[in-house]
Amino acid sequence: MSGASRTPSSRPGSWSSFESRHAPPRGQPVTAGPAASALAKACPQVSEAGPGDAVAGVMPRFVARPGDVAEAAAVMRAAAAGGLATVARGAGTRLGWGGPPARCDLVIDTTRLDRVLEHAAGDLVVRVQAGTGMEQLAARLAEAGQRLALDPPADGAGPGTVGGVLACGVAGPLRLRYGTPRDLAIGITVIRADGTVASSGGKVVKNVAGYDLGKLFAGSYGTLGLIVEAAFRLHPLPAATAFVTGEAADPDAAQAAIAAAAGSPLAPSAAEIDRPSRRDPARVGVLLEGDPDGVAERAERMAGVLGGAAAVSPDPPPWWGGGPAAAPDGTVIRIAFWAGDLAAVLRAVDAAAAEAGLDPAVGGSAAAGVLHAAAGADADPAGVARFVAGLRAALGRLPAADGPPSRASAMVLHAPAKVRSGVDLWGPVPSLGLMRAVKDQFDPEHRMAPGRFAGGI
Amino acid sequence: MTVQQADRAAGPGRGTGALIPRMTEICGPDGVLSDPMQLATYECDGLTAHRCSPGLVVLPTTAEQVAAIVTACATAKVPFVARGSGTGLSGGALPRADGVLIVTSKMRRIIAIDPASRRAIVEPGVTNLAVSKAAEPYGLFYAPDPSSQVVCSVGGNVAENSGGAHCLKHGFTVHHVTGLQIVTPHGELTWLGDGTGAAPGYDLVGAFTGSEGTLGIVTKIVVKLTRIPEAVTTLLAAFATMGAGGAAVSAIIGSGVLPAAIEMMDALAIEAAEAAVNCRYPEGAGAVLIVELDGPAGDVARETAAVRALCEREGAYEIRAAHDAAERAAIWTGRKSAFAAVGRISPAYIVQDGVVPRTALGEVLDRIAELSAASGIRVANVFHAGDGNLHPLVLFDDAKPGAEAAAEEVSGAILDLCIAHGGSITGEHGVGADKSKYMPKMFGPGDLDTMQLLRCAFDPAGLCNPGKIFPTPRLCGEVPGVRREPHPLVASGQLEQF
Repeated sequence: MSGASRTPSSRPGSWSSFESRHAPPRGQPVTAGPAASALAKACPQVSEAGPGDAVAGVMPRFVARPGDVAEAAAVMRAAAAGGLATVARGAGTRLGWGGPPARCDLVIDTTRLDRVLEHAAGDLVVRVQAGTGMEQLAARLAEAGQRLALDPPADGAGPGTVGGVLACGVAGPLRLRYGTPRDLAIGITVIRADGTVASSGGKVVKNVAGYDLGKLFAGSYGTLGLIVEAAFRLHPLPAATAFVTGEAADPDAAQAAIAAAAGSPLAPSAAEIDRPSRRDPARVGVLLEGDPDGVAERAERMAGVLGGAAAVSPDPPPWWGGGPAAAPDGTVIRIAFWAGDLAAVLRAVDAAAAEAGLDPAVGGSAAAGVLHAAAGADADPAGVARFVAGLRAALGRLPAADGPPSRASAMVLHAPAKVRSGVDLWGPVPSLGLMRAVKDQFDPEHRMAPGRFAGGI
Repeated sequence: MTVQQADRAAGPGRGTGALIPRMTEICGPDGVLSDPMQLATYECDGLTAHRCSPGLVVLPTTAEQVAAIVTACATAKVPFVARGSGTGLSGGALPRADGVLIVTSKMRRIIAIDPASRRAIVEPGVTNLAVSKAAEPYGLFYAPDPSSQVVCSVGGNVAENSGGAHCLKHGFTVHHVTGLQIVTPHGELTWLGDGTGAAPGYDLVGAFTGSEGTLGIVTKIVVKLTRIPEAVTTLLAAFATMGAGGAAVSAIIGSGVLPAAIEMMDALAIEAAEAAVNCRYPEGAGAVLIVELDGPAGDVARETAAVRALCEREGAYEIRAAHDAAERAAIWTGRKSAFAAVGRISPAYIVQDGVVPRTALGEVLDRIAELSAASGIRVANVFHAGDGNLHPLVLFDDAKPGAEAAAEEVSGAILDLCIAHGGSITGEHGVGADKSKYMPKMFGPGDLDTMQLLRCAFDPAGLCNPGKIFPTPRLCGEVPGVRREPHPLVASGQLEQF
């Protein structure tokens, strides 16, 4: 996005909009103190933080805007020398996600790292700096008829930067067919807490040499180090698209429709539901992509699969890619589950919401087992907390057979401060002990986005 | 404790003998092998160039037994190595003389097939193909299909992040695994992920997959199942030269068609396959291309026509199409037999596995031909052309002194070519014991050091498959004391955290 020219507080939905309503003046140049002079030496663009630089309500002292990887590494080394707690920021789109940092001395703004380093169109691969906007990248790739097949939910401010999307592990409807950032990233370059620059993977799609740090950093919320570059596998832009839409009266009908779509041989790229209120039927939408003849043929067949009054359109329904996942404020909860539990999950949401006196909007990538539920900014914080707890309890009761002890989760992506302080944002997390061990290795002093991640990591 | 210290403490054969009573308690007398003759059958995996008889072999049948075995090893500071079916091609399951080899081949229950969620839960010893067979009645299959899928185990696939001919479209093992029950190198039984593919926290499932048995031992696997495609067409196209075949590959990819597989063989590989299985590929071909298309019937029909036209445009002089399983098998016979078939035209050979950007294929193949001509060592090329994954077969006569070393040199030079073109030293076989020496050519010291932080998090004692992947083990050291602040709600007792 064009976030490079904007401060995070200039858009609704970021944390700063909850805690400081006005766009700040640009920070003042840094002048005093040993940490300040070390930072200034590392990077010409270091300033004192302004109110718009707050991270979930926590004010940093400095903002650094490195212009290349060497500068970013120098900033990280200076931060290490000064013991500075550091938070990475792209466009600031999801800066309100996760817990507030336990400490925050320095924000590293990556938006000057905005170059497409290499687009090997014939190889369907791109190498890009982390601060590049997703929309800027998409426009560049579209010139060659290609795309990075990620369509993360976005409110009015756009989808954010490549690094932010990777660090938050976000994906939209296309996740059914193409997966999430971890599935499409084929190489990554990061800067460790101690300033070491490290790469893994590469720029070929097929590659099993060494550990895949991209998997570890995807969805790590900046707690393991600073992502500065990534390489992605690309796909051709489809020549045609069709959206087949219908309605499902109740959770069982929604599950039946989604199962029929996902189980069909028609290769859907996405199969979504959206239900603004408990009283509404669920809207069902299936995306088909490919060459025009194939898409037309498959859309007609998919309409038959969905049955009833299914409609076909080349354009997305108004709710597509939006819905609760894109709610700019209020509380947004991500629910992950096994797709066969869809009806049970919807009933769990309804029961927990009724008990808590809420009526959250629910929707998302039902066939891929990911939904979002959103409660408005004005929802009673105690009610939201009861809803989250009740939902987790119900999800915990889903039969687990002889597999993982839990097969569903509900994590709070973002919430107003008054809600956040009363809920466990992450809920139960499998193998948290190993995650702590990973954190201790990568960031032994716990300076990278401390406290933002699962289990207080 | 460092890796080096672990090595010294154990010493060849010393630690393992003392473990026999405990291992027998855990696995029963039939589950423990210590006779040298029996041990010798486990001395190598699919890469026979590296051999080492294990100190002890154990054959657990349950996850709890694996946990008890690893606990015993960790307590005694004895290294351990996991092995599935032993089909790996990089020596990833190469045993240690001073260690215990934990063979998971008796753990072969398919625990659940969940068609509604398109998931299966299996034990690590289950063969890759068995998963697809069990899913078939529901119209589903397990997509990653390494060539060894009849015998290779899903546990081994997880360790190696195995690919296969069809991963061009369908992805690798890591794209199809959503949950793992593992035994950590400390002996703790735990789950990574919850089967959803979107569990909160770090993606340890993704980090573990492809870690070549160095982060723990997998004891249960949740895999995604994929809808069996409505239609499959396989085309075989013959070209006069490799250059023409390569141009056809670029044209297909450039057209926006994504085939399930694009495979290529050169004249020498074709000659070997003819000698071995009489596959009757078109005569005089300098290159054959196998293109498989799958998906909805209408799309496959149109894509087949498009691919056919592109191949003709690039000079294919004969194109055959298979429309049923038998015809398809006839086309694939030559390709699938190629590695073994080379044994018919050469007493010995090295199977290389390197990757280059697809657009560099032509140039790299030319350079391989030059290397071959300059050294007098024949190189047969069989490869996954769609994703630039080369499998040059470097032929030599092992009866001739020095021939193997010369072949090794050519094989290594091919990897140098891959690295120089921005590729990889392995696309699917793994680094294992075989290629750790090439890792510093592809990655810098900071890269390797950082990767090993993950190793240190899981296995600070360095006992879990030591000596693989990394040429120089990192000393994990002690993590400085870290102040942890509990969530305020946890501190106040209002909330339990996990």
